[in-house]
Amino acid sequence: MTDKNAQLDDLSDGGSQPDLVDGSEEINPPVADAHAPAPAGAGRDGTDLFTPGEPIADTKAPAGPIADKWATRQFDAALVNPANRRKLSVIIVGTGLAGASAGATLGEAGYHVKSFCYQDSPRRAHSIAAQGGINAAKNYKEDGDSIYRLFYDTVKGGDYRSRETNVYRLAEVSANIIDQCVAQGVPFAREYGGLLDNRSFGGVQVSRTFYARGQTGQQLLIGAYQALERQVAAGTVETFTRHEMLELIVVDGRARGIIARNMVTGEIETHLADAVVLASGGYGNVFFLSTNAMGSNVTASWRAHRKGAYFANPCYTQIHPTCIPVSGAHQSKLTLMSESLRNDGRIWVPKDPADADKDPRQIPEEARDYYLERIYPSFGNLVPRDIASRAAKYQCDDGKGVGPAVEEIDAEGNSRMVRRGVYLDFAEAISRLGKPAVEAKYGNLFDMYQRITGENPYEVPMRIYPAVHYTMGGLWVDYDLQSSIPGLFVAGEANFSDHGANRLGASALMQGLADGYFVLPNTIRDYLAKGPFEKVASDSPDVVAARAQVTDRINKFLSIQGTRSVDSYHKELGAIMWEYCGMERTEVGLRKAIGLIRELRADFWTNVRVLGANEQLNQSLEKAGRVADFLELGELMCIDALHRRESCGGHFRAESQTEDGEALRHDDLFAYVAAWEWGGENGAPTLHKEDLEYEAIEMKQRSYK
Amino acid sequence: MNLTLNIWRQDGPQAKGRMVTYKVTDISPDMSFLEMLDVLNEQLNDGGEEPIAFDSDCREGICGMCGLMISGDAHGPEKTTTCQLHMRSFSDGETITIEPWRAEAFPVIRDLVVDRSAFDRIIQAGGFISVNTGAAPEAHAVPVPKVKADRAFEAAECIGCGACVAACPNASAMLFMGAKVTHLGELPQGQPERFSRVVDMVSQHDGEGFGGCTNVGACSTACPKGIPLDVISTLNMDLRHALSRKA
Repeated sequence: MTDKNAQLDDLSDGGSQPDLVDGSEEINPPVADAHAPAPAGAGRDGTDLFTPGEPIADTKAPAGPIADKWATRQFDAALVNPANRRKLSVIIVGTGLAGASAGATLGEAGYHVKSFCYQDSPRRAHSIAAQGGINAAKNYKEDGDSIYRLFYDTVKGGDYRSRETNVYRLAEVSANIIDQCVAQGVPFAREYGGLLDNRSFGGVQVSRTFYARGQTGQQLLIGAYQALERQVAAGTVETFTRHEMLELIVVDGRARGIIARNMVTGEIETHLADAVVLASGGYGNVFFLSTNAMGSNVTASWRAHRKGAYFANPCYTQIHPTCIPVSGAHQSKLTLMSESLRNDGRIWVPKDPADADKDPRQIPEEARDYYLERIYPSFGNLVPRDIASRAAKYQCDDGKGVGPAVEEIDAEGNSRMVRRGVYLDFAEAISRLGKPAVEAKYGNLFDMYQRITGENPYEVPMRIYPAVHYTMGGLWVDYDLQSSIPGLFVAGEANFSDHGANRLGASALMQGLADGYFVLPNTIRDYLAKGPFEKVASDSPDVVAARAQVTDRINKFLSIQGTRSVDSYHKELGAIMWEYCGMERTEVGLRKAIGLIRELRADFWTNVRVLGANEQLNQSLEKAGRVADFLELGELMCIDALHRRESCGGHFRAESQTEDGEALRHDDLFAYVAAWEWGGENGAPTLHKEDLEYEAIEMKQRSYK
Repeated sequence: MNLTLNIWRQDGPQAKGRMVTYKVTDISPDMSFLEMLDVLNEQLNDGGEEPIAFDSDCREGICGMCGLMISGDAHGPEKTTTCQLHMRSFSDGETITIEPWRAEAFPVIRDLVVDRSAFDRIIQAGGFISVNTGAAPEAHAVPVPKVKADRAFEAAECIGCGACVAACPNASAMLFMGAKVTHLGELPQGQPERFSRVVDMVSQHDGEGFGGCTNVGACSTACPKGIPLDVISTLNMDLRHALSRKA
């Protein structure tokens, strides 16, 4: 590791050496046709597409042992006198677990909070759809869990691409989250003695996941929502529902407010504050088909990015292994089945592709391939999400998939029919535990599956296939969760810091609530203690300019009057992203995707058709703004994926794999956060690297065999 | 499948609404009801007519954002949310009437979209447990008997979609409110505010213009989450107790 910096420098200067640095043979194993020559003069990592920038670092995490850092930071952070808090104001965009909990907590503290969401109620934020559970290092089962083990598992599960200090803090406050939620009345599952029950969850060997049947996200969000509404009643929080942030206001280098559109009246509103928090979720909808809510979008983050906030690790997308397969071209979104199902369900495909049409119950044991149990005997069906996902893809690529055959266009433009599904079978669990026990554990998931597919999973095995689920990239933040724009804080899925290249099950809910209830209220006060900042006039040039940007954009969408609907662009973008920047990526594919996205974007801005007016509820107009941003983000995701010539987490670069086809990480070259700076309308983005330093944990290659 | 759709169109809160008839063809039984509307909207947009506004978000049956009156039934003929209703529940050639939620306390914003913010105000009136962040005791300090935890959970499943109100001939929100009162009132954590909560919520409910409950039971029948009718009995019991204590 000692020469890491030297190697990084070699890479960042444009890749002028013919075959780059040591290890490049491993990075580019002799995979046939895996990479065509890059354009003349271009580095293989895409340096023709971006500008290398200055390295960056997190300057806020205190020195000292990792276990003391958070306590130190809380003590060092300046205090705000309770009487002064009501003079300070904070805008929070998004009301999911991170946004609602932050709003409630900052309101309780006495700050004046304005909370925004695009839904008709804060209770509908997409955190509500999380099913499985929330992790906490309570060690209620006495099975060897601890803060350190949760920290270790999370860093390892994230493939050593998260920031150690942030993750340790996450594990540290996790136990407080459970206390908080129980006190609020969140109805977690309980044992007969009245104490809380736990289960083990995706890729973890201890039982540390707290759950509320298959509706944990809903119950946690309702808890945070109620806490938020309590503050609305108390007068500390104002909510703005059916409002969408369309621009960030930056004055003298600091985030000072937002421009929002009232989605009912079309009014363009200016909201000013001393600090702004983005808790606006992830951007998985760039793929069109994903498990995200239909309205989930990247606009708040992307508008901030264009105003100077760095976007970190955009290509890190988590593909979730247990979704209901696509049934046809009309599909508007994908539905996740909780991966807790993998605790009891066994995954298999027929050994003989000719059995695909058979009733699975008629296929005898010896004709089934329980491929996860075979390849990964110690983890079996509980291997991490990226491994389970890729394994399913390979089975289907090999023609062993089940379910209806759907038409696919491959990278060469050829059409073929492929079955995209594998069985998740509960027959053994039902015979072992009895149907009532299985029903008690998974009943609502089984019902949901039956409603969507029309098949009864108690009788026939479910069919599942991977789908885009969660994005680990997001706006770059320091230990205080502050972005590269002072006064702009980012929480939950919208930031990048805690999940690395992959996310363990039940860790997203933990992060959302940790950020909102415990981290942000402590770190933002250090910033607010320096306030109140000079009042910004609503007619100051920065505000006027931000408003003009919003209105110009809206007028542009409405004036193009082309021939294609917004959705048709979104679907096309999604297909490009899934094919070339999805579960498996290659240099050739990514370069092709970038070209396709640029063409599509140019077409969008000349040929999109948005009917109606701004001064009304106009859902096409809302979508147009979001898709325009996705069209820019998609290109950055591909550039990020292109430059990261290693496989890690759900990001599998075909050029970087072991001899037996497993993901091959390159800690010597890529143990950094890629933080991208906006390069202007037609300019190339600038890449800033933050070296990931592991003091408490030794980096290891993951092995689940 | 080919279908005839009679759909409520209304340009804005003050505008006069009207039913408009549309035809859709080649509808797959695997489509969700909202995907069928997506198909129609693409058709409308291509033809230069403004798409029909309707609410939806998670499309997984949990966020509570969607909700339509479908041929007179809240969320349609199956016991599920509109987003989880699939076209296999309809037959080829059928005529389907699609309207927004019908209730004075849920004014129409546009087409099939209504304003349900009255629900948030009912929660603000007392649908919470007052506990500040960081002030919580250790989670195992208060055991909860499993029977009570299960009952609380069952009530907590309410997604706040408003189908109960739309289905009720009186446009009462008693099922929504009963679910919250039962969820919090069954738990030891909810006891300190149990009786003030019910009084404040009911008072807000009545002020919002929701109607009174006359035990018709249509709410529970329409509820996609199967919230049982007896949460209303729990509410009434708590309310009676609270008022008699006050008096």
